[in-house]
Amino acid sequence: MPAVSKGDGMRGLAVFISDIRNCKSKEAEIKRINKELANIRSKFKGDKALDGYSKKKYVCKLLFIFLLGHDIDFGHMEAVNLLSSNKYTEKQIGYLFISVLVNSNSELIRLINNAIKNDLSSRNPTFMCLALHCIANVGSREMAEAFASEIPRILVAGDTMDSVKQSAALCLLRLYKTSPDLVLMGEWTSRVVHLLNDQHMGVVTAAISLITCLSQKNPDEFKTCVSLAVSRLSRIVSSASTDLQDYTYYFVPAPWLSCKLLRLLQCYPPPEDGAVKGRLVECLETILNKAQEPPKSKKVQHSNAKNAILFEAISLIIHYDSEPNLLVRACNQLGQFLQHRETNLRYLALESMCTLASSEFSHEAVKTHIETVINALKTERDVSVRQRAADLLYAMCDRSNAKQIVAEMLSYLETADYSIREEMVLKVAILAEKYAVDYSWYVDTILNLIRIAGDYVSEEVWYRVIQIVINRDDVQGYAAKTVFEALQAPACHENMVKVGGYILGEFGNLIAGDPRSSPLVQFNLLHSKFHLCSVPTRALLLSAYIKFINLFPETKATIQEVLRCDSQIRNSDVELQQRAVEYLKLSSIASTDVLATVLEEMPPFPERESSILAKLKKKKGPGAVSVTELDDGKREAGELNGGGDRGPDTAAMAASNASTPSPSADLLGIRSAAPVGAAQTNAGSLLVDVFSDSGPAAPSAAVNDDGFLSSAPPSEDPAPPLSEADELLNKFVCKNNGVLFENQLLQIGIKSEYRQNLGRMYLFYGNKTSVQFASFTTTVSCPGELHKPVEPLVEGGAQIQQVLNIECITDFSDAPLLNIKFSRYGGALQNLTLKLPVTINKFFQPTEMSSSDFFQRWKQLSQPQQEAQKIFKANHSMDTEVLKAKLLGLGTALLDNIDPNPENYVCAGVIQTKSQQIGCLLRLEPNAQAQMYRLTLRCSKDTVSKRLCELLAQQF
Amino acid sequence: MPHLFIFFCLNRAGKTRLAKWYMQFDDDEKQKLIEEVHAVVTVRDAKHTNFVEVWDLAVIFLLFSQFRNFKIIYRRYAGLYFCICVDVTDNNLAYLEGIHNFVEVLNEYFHNVCELDLVFNFYKVYTVVDEMFLAGEIRETSQTKVLKQLLMLQSLE
Repeated sequence: MPAVSKGDGMRGLAVFISDIRNCKSKEAEIKRINKELANIRSKFKGDKALDGYSKKKYVCKLLFIFLLGHDIDFGHMEAVNLLSSNKYTEKQIGYLFISVLVNSNSELIRLINNAIKNDLSSRNPTFMCLALHCIANVGSREMAEAFASEIPRILVAGDTMDSVKQSAALCLLRLYKTSPDLVLMGEWTSRVVHLLNDQHMGVVTAAISLITCLSQKNPDEFKTCVSLAVSRLSRIVSSASTDLQDYTYYFVPAPWLSCKLLRLLQCYPPPEDGAVKGRLVECLETILNKAQEPPKSKKVQHSNAKNAILFEAISLIIHYDSEPNLLVRACNQLGQFLQHRETNLRYLALESMCTLASSEFSHEAVKTHIETVINALKTERDVSVRQRAADLLYAMCDRSNAKQIVAEMLSYLETADYSIREEMVLKVAILAEKYAVDYSWYVDTILNLIRIAGDYVSEEVWYRVIQIVINRDDVQGYAAKTVFEALQAPACHENMVKVGGYILGEFGNLIAGDPRSSPLVQFNLLHSKFHLCSVPTRALLLSAYIKFINLFPETKATIQEVLRCDSQIRNSDVELQQRAVEYLKLSSIASTDVLATVLEEMPPFPERESSILAKLKKKKGPGAVSVTELDDGKREAGELNGGGDRGPDTAAMAASNASTPSPSADLLGIRSAAPVGAAQTNAGSLLVDVFSDSGPAAPSAAVNDDGFLSSAPPSEDPAPPLSEADELLNKFVCKNNGVLFENQLLQIGIKSEYRQNLGRMYLFYGNKTSVQFASFTTTVSCPGELHKPVEPLVEGGAQIQQVLNIECITDFSDAPLLNIKFSRYGGALQNLTLKLPVTINKFFQPTEMSSSDFFQRWKQLSQPQQEAQKIFKANHSMDTEVLKAKLLGLGTALLDNIDPNPENYVCAGVIQTKSQQIGCLLRLEPNAQAQMYRLTLRCSKDTVSKRLCELLAQQF
Repeated sequence: MPHLFIFFCLNRAGKTRLAKWYMQFDDDEKQKLIEEVHAVVTVRDAKHTNFVEVWDLAVIFLLFSQFRNFKIIYRRYAGLYFCICVDVTDNNLAYLEGIHNFVEVLNEYFHNVCELDLVFNFYKVYTVVDEMFLAGEIRETSQTKVLKQLLMLQSLE
């Protein structure tokens, strides 16, 4: 077996390293390093040519100094020289220096690429590997340009050594990730897929990473890999523990390769071919069976390797979500792990079970482990394990166990780690609402929540409890009583005061009969908290007070006195002062009737998705929580009262409205894969309602009656779109007005405006000739949709105008077409088709958000299909202001101070269609030096990410 | 984006003994990342998992994580911590054993490896890493094959 002695080969290096280690202080170290740097510099500058060995030694010393954390500003040239040495050890140091130290835009890159080229064509496998590793480590665009076409050739060539193939596969993967546009697999696809059959397991191990990445991007082209992967997996799984010799790890045959194969299969749906599927199910069963067998070794390495495969197999079973038998078996296996002595296994079992809980087939099986999970929540020492237990409890919760789970989570909250409290609070609030059978339980739970973790109760939570109490009269009395009791506590959280103020202001009368909670007692209780509260809470309390005056005339004098005191009507806060003044006046001049009308009980809130749910969705990825619609029956959406009631509560009311359905809460209501438009294709998704404007611009004098009435399609089919139609379209992505088309005869100008999912477009047709156009017809059609004939117009030398009303029904990729036909007087029929510049981004609503919101959403949109990315050369000016103007023109909000790199641009917006809202996040990273951009889009709908990415890549 | 972002080895004092970056980072960022990982892993004990979730980490890591979900999988050998930073969806146990497989290779190659071997032979350690992990992916898992290759390279001038 090989053994290496300390620093063998380079004594000078070993001495230098020892010296550095012996330095007693940082200063001494720096001194020693500076001495060495001076020495190396003089050697490199000296007249005497250095031999390869010395060059290697000095370059290696420089590398060591760099790795210690010091800057190195010379020696690069010497390192590059080492690349052309024909000695392995010298070449290796040269390549290492370059991999670690040379950044991609160095001017040396040409020299380096040259040396790499030589090594790649050297037919010496050792040198080829060094060169490939260097490309894989640096992975710059320049390298991709130089080698992207060469490496696939090396990878599939019959005479390439196995070790070179391994390196080539991963080198190609790296280039594909940095510059996907340069790596064209086309002709190589099938041969690359067949590497899964390679005899050498190392080649398969490396190649499968490449294949998995390519499959994710082009699933159709690579789908033959499924059957190959299944048969490879089946051979490994059914082999005895010693069959694979070199690739057996602690009695487990090829654990890493098995995991990679199982992961590749997760890029695809279950195999359609019955035989392949049968074989795969057999493999999965074998893996589950093996988990039950007695271990072949007591070493943790054995069980880890075995379980790595098991967890990956379970991921695949969950991904398929179609084999009830396997799902339940997986669940039982994970159940055993929940009590395993290895913390790692308990953690992973909790994590994996969380996804099983959302499958209809295994939900019940998961529920049987509730006691163990609760126990984990109470006893685990590692907070991340407790967090997983809490996630799982949330995921397994349903009507049957909600009370138990909510109670356990509440009691856990008292000691929960600070980092997870807010999320826990949201979860408890959601479960309590979702599974509330009796609403008194719900009210109790939320008030408990405020009591235990008031600081972590976000506005959404207390707004929601108020909405629910207002909307359900059966719980109002109970809520008033409970909140009154809760306020008795000497120190209660401000959120409790808010809820208390609001509820007593509305429903205090329901408990006023009891002398212990008479109106004055209620008022005094509330007012005793007033001075400790923040301005918004005080404002809310003032509204509660005026409501009291209406509810209980006997409190009027007391309250007026409070309002009248200087600290209220002369309060330095404008809002408070205004409320005090207005309420005081209102209470003194308005008649009882007016007062009663103005201060009437709040009307029910319109039913809407829980804002808490939206908030939790923002916090967590869709996989982590199972989001089901709130299932207590639809309540009548009460009308918000119009007029009259511009009373005190408008402020409080406006506050709660603002939080609930308004932009910030629901905007990016990110539902993974929207159910609505899913069945529809992109075609025909844009409804264009067309009518001609009969306004002054249409010179009716020259109307040709013939054309006017013919609703029959024109005699000639519309011409195919002009070759430059796309280019013309692209000009309008970031702007709404301009000239769409112009030739010698005709000019078409456009003005358009968009709001939500609606748009209006004015088309101006200008006749540039002196003769009139006859039979002027324009037809707008959506791809795949029926053509809607438009009123034909004839044009006499001037300009006519047409208005299109546009509604976006669902997201779309293809722009509607505009066909124009006319004949010049005595001339031939002109037939012209353009693309109307209606692109999906026109329906953007900008969304301002904070940095943390942005990143929460960004992470949430983490499924591979939701992201689209393009790297492209700059076609236009990279000037900051120009870029900003374009991004704003796009329709999104341009967000500052979000990206850690100030050079980058980050935008957010929501696309409004009739059926849904699609949240979109954008990041544009310019690289001025390389004149390149990287554009990344993440949208809640994958087709939108793709389309926006295509559109935008043309804009910069 | 590679599956594996960073592969590194720290000693108890926080000195880096090996660091392989499979993504672009600034030098300052690199140093801060390492400091933060050091602060987190050194306080964990056997009752903890070998996996560190993002929210256990501080500022710089959060910045980095904002664009990518990731986790750290680590294993301790005497005074050395071998850490791998991978995508959050990656297989924890496979990478945990990937670390061990790598350490066993080092152990054979250096005949009972110790921290000093990594210091004096840092340039060879990089070769071992490239044999086993490349472009952020697992390249070769067979210890026999890797050691044979290393032996062959060792014999070259």
